[in-house]
Amino acid sequence: MKELAIRRRIIADKSFKAIVVLLSFASILPMFFILFFIITKGISVVDWTFLTHLPKPVGEIGGGISNAIVGTFMLIIISTLFSVPVGVFAGIFLCEYRKGRFPYFVKLAVETLQGIPSIVIGIIAYIWVVLTMGSFSGLSGGASLALMMLPVIITATEETLKLIPDSLREASLALGVSYPRTILKVVIPAGLSGILTGILLGVGRVAGETAPLLFTAFGSPFMNFNILKPINTLPLMIFNYATSPYPEWHTLAWGASFVLVVFVLGLNLFTKVVTRKWKVQF
Amino acid sequence: MEKSTDHLSIELPKLHILMDRSTEDFLVRVHKRTMAGWKLGLSESFFRKILYVAGAFVLVILTAIFMSLAITAIPSIGHFGVSFLFGATWDPVRNVFGAFPFVIGTLFVSLLALAISTLFSLPISIFLGEYSREGAISTFIKSVIELLAGIPSVIYGFCGLFLLVPMVRALEIKLNVAPYGVGIFTSSLVLAVMIIPYSASIGREVISLFPSDLKEAAFSLGATRFEVIRKVILPYARSGIFAGILLSLGRALGETMAVTMVIGNSNFIPKGIFSPANTLASVIANEFTEATGQLYLSSLIELGLVLFMVTTVINILGKVIIHRMDMKEK
Repeated sequence: MKELAIRRRIIADKSFKAIVVLLSFASILPMFFILFFIITKGISVVDWTFLTHLPKPVGEIGGGISNAIVGTFMLIIISTLFSVPVGVFAGIFLCEYRKGRFPYFVKLAVETLQGIPSIVIGIIAYIWVVLTMGSFSGLSGGASLALMMLPVIITATEETLKLIPDSLREASLALGVSYPRTILKVVIPAGLSGILTGILLGVGRVAGETAPLLFTAFGSPFMNFNILKPINTLPLMIFNYATSPYPEWHTLAWGASFVLVVFVLGLNLFTKVVTRKWKVQF
Repeated sequence: MEKSTDHLSIELPKLHILMDRSTEDFLVRVHKRTMAGWKLGLSESFFRKILYVAGAFVLVILTAIFMSLAITAIPSIGHFGVSFLFGATWDPVRNVFGAFPFVIGTLFVSLLALAISTLFSLPISIFLGEYSREGAISTFIKSVIELLAGIPSVIYGFCGLFLLVPMVRALEIKLNVAPYGVGIFTSSLVLAVMIIPYSASIGREVISLFPSDLKEAAFSLGATRFEVIRKVILPYARSGIFAGILLSLGRALGETMAVTMVIGNSNFIPKGIFSPANTLASVIANEFTEATGQLYLSSLIELGLVLFMVTTVINILGKVIIHRMDMKEK
């Protein structure tokens, strides 16, 4: 009788483990489905002409995504320029002032900012930039992406600088170096790798964003280097082509998806490797 | 630290030894650079002010976001009042805007997605937090899940549209319901996959933080691993797992692109699990650029305001729970 009870408990234990393992592995299947389809459908589309030519109108075979690639990089650069200076200084602030009510609220604001849905960020950029300037523009798209990058950079800076030991800054201050120079020339360089990783994370977060660009950068079929005009990006292009009724455009969208996935996942992997290598250690 | 170190200056000692021209030049350059560096040094109080301004800037941005949403939504708030949230008709032609179909759609899609994703994220947290903390398999699963979190949402939508929709349509034909393919069920499936990484990573952390002496005590009393997990770890980790689910709910509510592409965009109250619908986020994505007229635009922005407030409250709640757990640890 007793042995039966024990056996039942052991069976329960074993079957529970089996279920846990099974479900864990089942949940990583979608990843492989997605990658498999993107690669098989996308790779045949991607070649040199695809990467270097403009999209063609419906009905014409061929065409490429060069304008979207250029636009994606332009928006990333604009948003990085906006968000890095503010983000790094706000991160220093949060690291230097840890007590008190004001820093607490700032921290709360950063976390709230991180949680705002991307479409709401799009509305904000629309109200602030598009309505003020009177037209859709790359600048407004960059502003919306900057708002999304900002919390990532602030958090990364803060977390990194917290790891820098106090002895380093005390040594610097003891040598008579002024406080601003201690921060800018000792603490920041010591944590530079962590801050750079944070920037990479931020870029990875915004590179695939579509929702905030729908009514800011808006998209365009032309090559455009003017940030005051609508700009196309890869995610926007995928969205517009995927929801269109034309099979040729779907093919283009698969190709663009392949390029985007390779870029974003490559960036993520790169960040991971770099994080391990550049790890701030003392 | 309180004393300002503004007016510090140093002089290099004058060297009266013989040296060749290049060494002298070099020393002069070093001296100049050092002095320039010292003079460049911002004053401490000014630097601290810059830091404060940067911190305050974040607060200002957040307040400004809320204020601009609220101000631009005023025409709609004034026109419809509270009935905006409970009005069942959304008709741009007649200028009648009620958000109820979208509120229902959002809740329906997010909660269903949350249920499906918890079914998978909980086993992952247990597997990574208890069964296999280190080693090749857990590293593999962890990296795949991280990659899953990195895939852009438009890609999820695209794959959902071309892979999942035909499958759901086949299922619907078998079940004898209208074969839209797109709809609440499809969006929940896509959304569930998208939010697995969030709740799984928080759950894993909470479970792996569990104090090992308690676990060992249970083991030494003869408990099996299953019993330890069910009776000791899970009750303890409950609030952390709940916080993880809450935070992924925050993400699910605001997710736009993937849902927009597979939900079917219908502005009526959904009749069932397979019927097309619209969420707060997807209706904004669909109609914002076509919105003509002030009332239409401000109604859409009011939807954004609702979304902003709901996700903010949920996020802060989740963070507070996690914060409390951290305090308990210490």
